[in-house]
Amino acid sequence: MSLDPARDPLDVDALLDDPKTRIVVCCGSGGVGKTTTAAALGLRAAERGRTVVVLTIDPARRLAQSMGIDSLDNVPRRVKDVHGGGELHAMMLDMKRTFDEIVEAHADKERAGAILSNPFYQSLSAGFAGTQEYMAMEKLGQLRSRDEWDLIVVDTPPSRSALDFLDAPKRLGSFLDGKLIRLLMAPAKMGGRAGMKFLNVGMSMMTGALGKLLGGQLLRDVQTFVAAMDTMFGGFRKRADATYRLLQAPGTAFLVVASPERDALREAAYFVERLAADDMPLAGLVLNRVHGSGAAELSAERALAAAENLEASSAGENLEASGIVDQEGGNVGLGNSSESEAPGSPEASDSPETSGSSPSTEETDSGTGSGSGSDPGAGSGSASVEQLTAGLLRLHAERMRLLARERHTRDRFTALHPEVAVAEVAALPGDVHDLDGLRAIGDQLASTRP
Amino acid sequence: MSRLQVVSGKGGTGKTTVAAALALALATEGKRTLLVEVEGRQGIAQLFETEALPYEERKIAVAPGGGEVYALAIDPELALLDYLQMFYKLGGAGRALKKLGAVDFATTIAPGLRDVLLTGKACEAVRRKDKQGRFAYDCVVMDAPPTGRITRFLNVNDEVAGLARIGPIHNQAQAVMRVLKSPETSVHLVTLLEEMPVQETVDGIAELRAAQLPVGRVIVNMVRPTLLDEAELDLGLGRTPRTAIAKTLAAAGLGGARGAAGRLVDPLLAQAAEYAERHALEGAQRAVLAGHGLPLHELPLLADGLDLAGLYELAAELRTQGIA
Repeated sequence: MSLDPARDPLDVDALLDDPKTRIVVCCGSGGVGKTTTAAALGLRAAERGRTVVVLTIDPARRLAQSMGIDSLDNVPRRVKDVHGGGELHAMMLDMKRTFDEIVEAHADKERAGAILSNPFYQSLSAGFAGTQEYMAMEKLGQLRSRDEWDLIVVDTPPSRSALDFLDAPKRLGSFLDGKLIRLLMAPAKMGGRAGMKFLNVGMSMMTGALGKLLGGQLLRDVQTFVAAMDTMFGGFRKRADATYRLLQAPGTAFLVVASPERDALREAAYFVERLAADDMPLAGLVLNRVHGSGAAELSAERALAAAENLEASSAGENLEASGIVDQEGGNVGLGNSSESEAPGSPEASDSPETSGSSPSTEETDSGTGSGSGSDPGAGSGSASVEQLTAGLLRLHAERMRLLARERHTRDRFTALHPEVAVAEVAALPGDVHDLDGLRAIGDQLASTRP
Repeated sequence: MSRLQVVSGKGGTGKTTVAAALALALATEGKRTLLVEVEGRQGIAQLFETEALPYEERKIAVAPGGGEVYALAIDPELALLDYLQMFYKLGGAGRALKKLGAVDFATTIAPGLRDVLLTGKACEAVRRKDKQGRFAYDCVVMDAPPTGRITRFLNVNDEVAGLARIGPIHNQAQAVMRVLKSPETSVHLVTLLEEMPVQETVDGIAELRAAQLPVGRVIVNMVRPTLLDEAELDLGLGRTPRTAIAKTLAAAGLGGARGAAGRLVDPLLAQAAEYAERHALEGAQRAVLAGHGLPLHELPLLADGLDLAGLYELAAELRTQGIA
């Protein structure tokens, strides 16, 4: 019904039903419906019998409400009214809370207190652009190790680039373990060792430069923070690496989400290439907001030509010749009566008299009212059937142009990546507000079955 | 007219496009504008169909009437080294810092510091004068981070205050904030007539106002044309029998009323029903936006997708609407 189906449809149900599928990661650029897709997949899997947790990052309020998770508490909560034998749990990531929990779990009380109240830590945990990605990964690792769910569906943070999601955890990990941290620690650790003297001079020059740049107090905060976190550093890198390996493991499936627009599909292509380079298993592409038409056999050009035809006739001719008015009135008038049941010819020119005098005068009125054509509705406020039909045809022409554009964009992607299976979801006029809406999306995701 | 125009918006609303169109519009009639990018996405280069932009101001377009648009992709690392060079003559030490990951640290890890560098560079361009004492650019347009992060991004003072209470970064942040909170700056939000982007815009306006940052205009992007008016929707969705439409379609030459033309009726009416639902939803969202006392502008959805010609079209539209 929509675009001609992509060559290789994605079998969503097979993916969700396979007990070996343990993690599904939904990634893609911002504004393409990642979170909604993740929620719909989670619900569908649960209703097909699995025990699922959906980790959302930054859901729209109403989507969160539809799953009953409108408060931020960083803990999976069971979603009510899920049909079937499975269970659906959902949670929203609170990155600061997650970071705090790591600190609390890995440091004694006093030290944890020192870290949590350090201004540098507070800024890092709340604001660093990579913290959200890191904590999403951290949370994923935690959920996975609790082993309470047999399927975890993960939404990814709204990064400037979809790839940030893969890179940021490593960046934070290597910063926290890195050379610079060791350097900042150096004065405390290495002071006094004769052999290190030369090095030490270099170091203090460096910290001096940093101090100059950042201000001495900030440097001290960083040093205090680093000293307090010392015992945890090895851990950070290791954890980031472990989660990265988890993403490469069998049982993890990536779904790249996009809309049929140039920028979104360009990001999707980057992601597909990156996943391949990193040996991460790509299940397919979910293409959201695809437009279709039930009348695809009528081209935009023909629809427009027909619309112009109708507008021309309703604008002028019915005023010029009353005979034509009569005929037009007949066509229109049929609408008000029931003789359409009559097995007459499709032209229907044989039955104007049944529609009688009253509808025909009405029509003439509205014909003159909006007869100037270009501004319909300016007159009496009612439109003729010609105008209505012309409007429907113009609407259709626009839809067909949009369809062609979307198809072109999609085909460019599939030409470059023919190996990627695709599932399409039709554009909805409004946003999803409830489980029924998510269910409908789930149905669509699964309907492109091979 | 504010000399620093910051353009933000939810992802997918086309803020880069609007920023570029605005830079073009403001350059019309012999003016010179600078379009800056701060997120390293090279969106400007893609839009203007040129190769990736370096960390260097270069001319990328001419505006109608002889104006010029320059573009700059601000790279935080290079901006930091720039800054070190400018204030401390730290040439060699700067390189050493880079080697050690300190630059990485300051630009990607330490929140706020990165933003001070990015906004600082833009503010520098705003204030820069040539030898005759004229401003180097009549206007600077920033393609800024998305609505969800814009307040934190611009409010560098608060971000940095907790971190650097003294020192040059602190002073730099103070100087930047003076520009950002003055009438010299105007923050515009780009949105679509859909629930999520509108909600984010509303939240963004509140956050910006709470931070005392100057909110400028709301620009609704990709507005679909009105193809059916209220009367037609009313008539089409319920009051007109399908047979009448079938016959009209037949009369327009699209096949027999009981054949090819007839089969078109249901799908065409279904499309009209979708349109009506969307239309009503758009009306409601428009009303939500109108409730915030900000100038509201609308840019049309370009039927054939966005290209360079479309960008000039949008720029002309912005001028018609008095934005530039």
